[in-house]
Amino acid sequence: MTQQASPAVSNDPLLDVDNLVVEYPVGNKIVHAVSGVSLQIARGETLGLVGESGCGKSTLGRAVLQLRRPVSGRVLFDGQDLTAMHGDTLRLMRRRVQLIFQDPIASLNPRRRIGDIIAEPLIISGVKDSAKRQKLVDEALSAVGLDPALVVGRLPHEFSGGQCQRICIARALVLNPEFIVCDEPVSALDVSIRAQILNLLEEMKSRYGLTLLFIAHDLAVVKAVSDRVAVMYLGRLCEVGPSEQLFARPAHPYTALLIEAIPMPDPDVRPAETVPVGEPPSPISPPSGCRFRTRCPRADQRCSDEMPELRAVASGQFVACHHPLI
Amino acid sequence: MTEGTLLSVEDVIVDLPTPRGNLRAVDRVDLTIGAGRTLGVVGESGCGKTMLSRAILQLLPKRAKLSGRVMFDGQDLLQLSPEKLRKLRGRSLAVVFQDPMTSLNPVLTIGTQLIETLQEHLELDMAAATRRSVELLAAVGIPAPEQRLMQYPHQLSGGMRQRVAIAIALSCEPKLLIADEPTTALDVTIQAQILDLLAREQRRRHMAMILITHDLGVVAGRTDEVAVMYAGRVVERAPTPALFKKMRMPYTEALLAALPKIDAAPHTPLPAISGRPPDPTRPLKGCSFSPRCRYAWAQCHVEKPRLEESNSPAHQFACFRPIGTGAGAGA
Repeated sequence: MTQQASPAVSNDPLLDVDNLVVEYPVGNKIVHAVSGVSLQIARGETLGLVGESGCGKSTLGRAVLQLRRPVSGRVLFDGQDLTAMHGDTLRLMRRRVQLIFQDPIASLNPRRRIGDIIAEPLIISGVKDSAKRQKLVDEALSAVGLDPALVVGRLPHEFSGGQCQRICIARALVLNPEFIVCDEPVSALDVSIRAQILNLLEEMKSRYGLTLLFIAHDLAVVKAVSDRVAVMYLGRLCEVGPSEQLFARPAHPYTALLIEAIPMPDPDVRPAETVPVGEPPSPISPPSGCRFRTRCPRADQRCSDEMPELRAVASGQFVACHHPLI
Repeated sequence: MTEGTLLSVEDVIVDLPTPRGNLRAVDRVDLTIGAGRTLGVVGESGCGKTMLSRAILQLLPKRAKLSGRVMFDGQDLLQLSPEKLRKLRGRSLAVVFQDPMTSLNPVLTIGTQLIETLQEHLELDMAAATRRSVELLAAVGIPAPEQRLMQYPHQLSGGMRQRVAIAIALSCEPKLLIADEPTTALDVTIQAQILDLLAREQRRRHMAMILITHDLGVVAGRTDEVAVMYAGRVVERAPTPALFKKMRMPYTEALLAALPKIDAAPHTPLPAISGRPPDPTRPLKGCSFSPRCRYAWAQCHVEKPRLEESNSPAHQFACFRPIGTGAGAGA
């Protein structure tokens, strides 16, 4: 891998995001939600995307799927530019990509039966044979560990949060997609249920050969499922690298801060007294240069003058920092 | 009540009538906390940890039925008049809730809310109360406190709002602070700052604290003692180091095991707990965890283990098949 290679380069990328910019107006101001993000996801890979609330990670996920149109940049999915697609072409392409949301209960229509909810994508994509639809619905439900006979006739409110997330996963799987964006899929769930859903996602991924963009704020959760991890701060990527390597030797001070802040379930690890690093600035008026500089202990004049670009610091690990830790 | 005990919760039961029948939210809970000590209460949603804190504060929904005894600083809170209770809450018994946006009044300035509390409980005059408010905001790490006094909650970030809520809670030097998921709504870098702030102020003021959370990681480094709740009951209770060194109740062990670990290799399958907690309106005859417990045997399904029956007073657990005993599951 050379210095010039774009981050996360792969020989067979299913998804290739190039210099994506997403902005939206708030009053007469502009929120710079995603400011020039490039990343690639290989076929069969899980890329974890972490960052704090408001860093633009969900917006990025949506812009990849064209649920929010980017201002500029390209999203190549299997070699085709989604940003250039409209109407029917985009709709056809959407069968191959799916989205799972954070709040499983809110993302199911409370007045529709589970069987109908899961059959809906099939109807939209033109599966006219109702027997075939039912067979696919049953298969999807069985795959996520629910008994179709007991589930299809019931309404969402009859299920717990964990079960609703299983239903959402079944709905995402029913069209046999290649790529799924999981946007905080377990953060609304309790610890004991969270583990079940994470295991289920892993199982589905290997069974159906899925490629995942896994968005979450919880580093431990992201590490559990991701091959590589991208760390995002205020609309930009700080660091991308193989999960194990990135957590063992973070190069960006922000990644290090995030790792340090995780409360460890071990009383012998005394929590390090945190440096008062303050709070993230507003994405309406992000700082010049490096966006993390206002909270960074290593920041100097160069950081405010010059925006750091992602560059390789170790095999497969890229950092956007003038003073990286490695 | 033993010497030095600030709060003791004795045999507390909270019943909530629902259309589906009686819901026992808290089921015969006993807890004590000494002056200046920190107790962590850990459990998943619906385990009764918030209802327990509301029972202590006497802030239960009107329809709730409460029995038992809550002794705080020598007084039985359940016997106090509403007037006396109001004097106590906010003065020596303070609380910080999960969502600072709902605990702060959106139409009053930060200053008004702080000053009001100080005037009400400490009978300070306006000038003294304002001065003290500025000191408090500075103590909880809010920059430019004089200007912040004039701002409304919506003008602050989530982390800043939680700092204000903590400033209000600390304003009258309480003897006990109940922090109910104080950092759950906050980002991880802000969470660490708020937990540090609580720990620092607690040491400085020699205040006792009950830290309620779903996160075993939050209690591990920051509490003296931990009580684990499941389905309305305390199922394990021990000094924090002892608990993490040797968990006895299979639920506690399973809860820790199910937590994704930052030092585990990617794609390691998590030992998930199968099933889900029982329906609280349909109590089980035996141990509430028995349907999900991999160690359960016949007795567990028909008889409820009691916490106080465990033979080690320092490390209690409600289990017939505790981990690591000759007769137990770990053997």
